[in-house]
Amino acid sequence: MTDIIQKVKNLSIGFRSKKGEEILILKNITTNIKKGETVGIVGESGSGKSTLALAMMGYVKHGLYTVGGECEFNSSNLLKMKSKELEKIRGRKIAMIPQNAGQALTPNLKIGYQIDEALQLHSDLNEKEREKKISELLNKVRLPSPETIALRYPHELSGGQQQRVAVAMALAGTPDLLLLDEPTTGLDVTTQAHVLELLNFIAKDTGTSMVYVSHDLGAIAQVSDRIIVMYSGEIVLEGPSRDILKRPIHPYTHGLLKSIPKLSLAGLPESMPGSQPQPGTIQSGCSFFDRCNFSDENCKNNSPKLEFLEDLNTSVRCFNHEKLVKESRVSQTVNKIKNKSQDKEILNLSEVSISYAKQKLLDQIFNRISDNNPTVKDININIKKGETIALVGESGSGKSTILKSIAGLLRTKDGLIRFDENRNLSSDLKERDPNDLRIIQLIFQNPDESLNPNHTVEEIIAQPLKLYFGLKGEELKKNIIDLLQKVRLGEFYTSRYPRQLSGGEKQRVAVARAFAAKPDIILCDEVTSALDVSVQAAVLNLLQQLKEDFGTTYIFVSHDLAVVRSISDRVAVLYQGRLCEVGPSNDVYKFPSHPYTEVLLGAVLEPDPDIKPKLVAEDIVEERPPEKGCSFQGRCSRIVGDICKKEVPPWQLTDSGNAIRCHIPIKELQKEQF
Amino acid sequence: MLFLIIKRILLGFITLFIVSIITFVGTEVLPGDACTTYLERQAFGEQLEACYRRLGLNVPAYERYISWALNAIQGDFGYSLSGEMPIKDVLGPRIKNSLVLASAAIFIGIPIALILGIITALWRDKLPDVAISTVTIFAMTIPEFISATLLILIIAIWLEWLPGIVIVPTDVSFLELLPNIILPVVAIAMIMTAHMARMVRSSVIQVMASEYVQMAILKGVPYWKMVFKHVLPNALLPAINVVALTIAWLLGGVVVTEVVFNYPGLGRLVIESISNRDLPTVQALAIILASIYVSINLLADLLTLMLNPRLKTLQIRK
Repeated sequence: MTDIIQKVKNLSIGFRSKKGEEILILKNITTNIKKGETVGIVGESGSGKSTLALAMMGYVKHGLYTVGGECEFNSSNLLKMKSKELEKIRGRKIAMIPQNAGQALTPNLKIGYQIDEALQLHSDLNEKEREKKISELLNKVRLPSPETIALRYPHELSGGQQQRVAVAMALAGTPDLLLLDEPTTGLDVTTQAHVLELLNFIAKDTGTSMVYVSHDLGAIAQVSDRIIVMYSGEIVLEGPSRDILKRPIHPYTHGLLKSIPKLSLAGLPESMPGSQPQPGTIQSGCSFFDRCNFSDENCKNNSPKLEFLEDLNTSVRCFNHEKLVKESRVSQTVNKIKNKSQDKEILNLSEVSISYAKQKLLDQIFNRISDNNPTVKDININIKKGETIALVGESGSGKSTILKSIAGLLRTKDGLIRFDENRNLSSDLKERDPNDLRIIQLIFQNPDESLNPNHTVEEIIAQPLKLYFGLKGEELKKNIIDLLQKVRLGEFYTSRYPRQLSGGEKQRVAVARAFAAKPDIILCDEVTSALDVSVQAAVLNLLQQLKEDFGTTYIFVSHDLAVVRSISDRVAVLYQGRLCEVGPSNDVYKFPSHPYTEVLLGAVLEPDPDIKPKLVAEDIVEERPPEKGCSFQGRCSRIVGDICKKEVPPWQLTDSGNAIRCHIPIKELQKEQF
Repeated sequence: MLFLIIKRILLGFITLFIVSIITFVGTEVLPGDACTTYLERQAFGEQLEACYRRLGLNVPAYERYISWALNAIQGDFGYSLSGEMPIKDVLGPRIKNSLVLASAAIFIGIPIALILGIITALWRDKLPDVAISTVTIFAMTIPEFISATLLILIIAIWLEWLPGIVIVPTDVSFLELLPNIILPVVAIAMIMTAHMARMVRSSVIQVMASEYVQMAILKGVPYWKMVFKHVLPNALLPAINVVALTIAWLLGGVVVTEVVFNYPGLGRLVIESISNRDLPTVQALAIILASIYVSINLLADLLTLMLNPRLKTLQIRK
C-alpha cells in the first residue's frame, strides 16, 4: 500500500446557509491518488472539483468547513493539521498550480523573488545556488532568457508566460504531488497545447503525481491516466481514462461527451436537458435523475451508491450502469446545419482598418486617426443574408475589435461598412439612426455582466421592444412571453432577477433581448465561452433554431474552433488583425491551407486520448503586427524567403471557394497536408 | 517619468491659477468692497475716494488682479482690513498653529488607524474585530462638535485635567501651546482614525481574499511573512490617496473643532475673515488652502506611482 500518496476518506465539506442549514459542497468523497499517476478530476462549475483539490492540500476556503472525513498524506490528516505543520507540506510535498496565474502571482513582487521565496522555504540552498536554481527552473518551463524574466513583474508577462512561472514556482519545492486547478483555462489554444505538453513532460521526467482539475475533457484526455467525474458534489464515475472517454458507463459522462462539439464533425451536438442542481436543493434519489435518459422509478426514490466493478476497474454511481455497458460507446449524432445563406449580400466590410492608437491633439482637431500600423487592417468580408460567419483567431487577433466596429462601438480608421448593398453605416454610434441600431444586435460573452442585475427579466426584454417598436401594456407583455417561449423559458421567468437564474438561463435571456429588436444581424461575441459544456450545446442548438425561424445572419466570434465548426457556414481566420483565410467551414477544416490555420487546428484538444495535438509553431506572443509583409511571418514554420518579410501576400483562390493569403502557391499548400 | 512629474506640476499650477481667478471674481462681484466695509457709515464722497486711492481700488479689476497675483507669488498678500497688518503676518502664526495641530493628529492618528485596520482585517469577524469595529463606527458617526463638547465636559470641567478652551495669544511658542492642543487633537484624531481604520480594514480584507494570497498560503509561506510581503504592500497602496486627502483636510483647518476649542488655526481664521468681510484675507486663504490640496494630492499620486510597479511600467511605456 505504500504506493498511495494521498488518501481521501469519506470527505464532506459544506457551509451554513443564511437560514442555518448545513449545505454540502462535497458529499462523502473517497479516493486514492497513487505515486506517479495523473488523475483528472472533471466536472462542470459547482461540481465541487476545486474544493476537492484544495482539500488535498488541507485548505478549506473562507466560509466553508470540513463536515467529516479526512485527507490523509503520509498517514496524517491534513484537515486536522496545525498551520505550522501545513506550511512544511505545502509547496514542499504538495504544490498547487492555480487556474489564473495572472491573479495568483503577487503583483508587487518580482518573478524571481516569488520563486526564490519557495526555494528559501523548501530547500537548504544558499543564495548563489538558489539564483542558479531559479534560472534552471525558468529554463525547465521553457521561458526565454530566464535572467531577465526573473527581474520582471508578473503583469509584464503574457498569460502563457505567467502560467509557466506558476509551474516553475510549484516545481521549486520538488513536490511529490502536484495539484493543477484548471491550469490552461483562459489560455489560447496554441498556448494551452504547449503548456499541457510541458506538464506531460514534467510528469514523466520527475515522476510527480498529478491531480488535474478541469471542466475541459479535451485537456483531461491529454494528460490523465485515470479520470474522476464529479457531479453535484459526488463522484459519479471513476476509472482508467481510456475507458471513461471511450465507453462511459454513467449517463452523465455519456451525455457530456455527446454534447462536446468535435473538430472532425460538422453540425450541432446533442444537448443534455436541464442543469446541475444548486447545492442545497433538497432531493431524494439520484442527483442526475431529472436530466437522465436512462432513469426509472428506482432512480427517483433511492440514491445510488458508488459501486466498484472489478472487471472494468471502474467505480460508478448508477443503478442502470449495466444497460449503459451495452450501448456505452459514444456514438455522436449531430444535427447537420443547413446552409441558409441566400445570394443577397447583407453586410459588407471593405478595406476596414481599426486603430487603438491614442489620438494626438492635431488629429483630434481634424477628427482623424493617424496610425501607419493599425491593430486591424484591410478587412474585406462580404456577408450573405442568412449565413453564419465565424471569426476565429487567438486573443489579440482583432476578432472582437471587428465586432465592436460593426456594432458602432469603436470608430474605424478607414474603410466602409455597408448594410444591405447600399446603405453605409457610420462607424460612430451617435451618427446611426434608431433603425441602424436596431438591425444589428450584440450578444455578449458573459451574461452576468451584460444583464442589469437590478432589472427583472421582463424589464430586460421590454427595453428593446419599447425603444424600437413603442410597445405598451398588453401587447408588450404578450411579446415578452412570446420571446421567452422562443428561448425555451416559461412565462414565470418574467418576474425573476438575473441572479435567480443559472448561467444557461441568463444567456437565454440575453438571446431573447437580442431577438426582441427583430435584428437582421446578430453579433455573437464568445457567447458560449462562459457556459458549461452541457449547457453550451443547448444554447448553440437554440441559436441555430432561432436563426432558421427568423432568417437572421450571425457573425460568430469564438476562440473554440470545435464550437465554430459546429455552427458556422463560413470561417474567417484572423492573425494580428489581418485576414489569413476565408472560406466555407467544411473546406477550412478539411484542408487547412494557411500555415496559421494549420497551427490553430493542430492545437485543438479533443476528448479522445488517441488524438494528440500537433504543435507546429512556437507560442510566442507578438505585441504588434509586423510593419511590412505577412502578418504571420513571426511564427510561421513555412516561410519561403524574404518575400514573406517584405510583401503582403496576395489572395489566392481554391477551387472550392476558399481564399488564402499566403506566398506559397496554393497547390503546394494543400499538398503538404496529406 | 520625469515628463509625467513635470506635467502634473504644471497641471497643479493651472489649477491654482483657475482657483485664484474664481476667488478674485467672486470677491469682486459681491456687493460692497473693502472701503465700504472699513468706513461703514462714512463710506461716501471724499473719504471713500481717498480710501479707494489709498488701497488702489480705483484701477480696473484686471490690473488689480495682475498686481495682486504678482505679489502673491512672492508671498505678499497685501493688507488685512481688520487690524491693518500685512496678511502674511496674520497668516504665519495661524499656519504654524494649524501645522502643529495637524501633525500631532497625523502622527498619532495614522499609525493607530493602520494598526487597528490591519488587526480588524486579520481577525475578521472574531472578537478583536467586533470590538474595534463597534468603537470605530461610533467614533465615525458622532459629529465632532458633540464629541468635542463631551471631551470638554468630561476632561476639562469634571476632571479638570486639561484646559477646555485655548486662551493663548496667536503667536505663542510651541511648548506653551502643547497642553492646550491635547483635547482638540483627540477630537480630530478620533474621527480621522476611525475613517481610515475602516478603509484599511476593507482594503486588507479584499487583498486577503485574492488569489495571490491563497497561492502564497498554498506555497507554504508562513502567516506573518505572507501578511508583510504579500498582503500589506498591496493593501496599503490605495490608502495613500486617502491619507493624503485627510492630511489636506487637516491642514486646511478643521473648522468646527477649532471653533469649539477656540483654537487659533487656519480654520477659525476662515470663519473670522468671512464674517468680518475681510476680503483680501479670504482671497489669500483660498489660494493657500488650494495650494495645500494640490501639492499634497500631487505628492500622493507620485508616491503611488513609485510604489506600484504596474502603474510605473504603464506610464513608462506610454
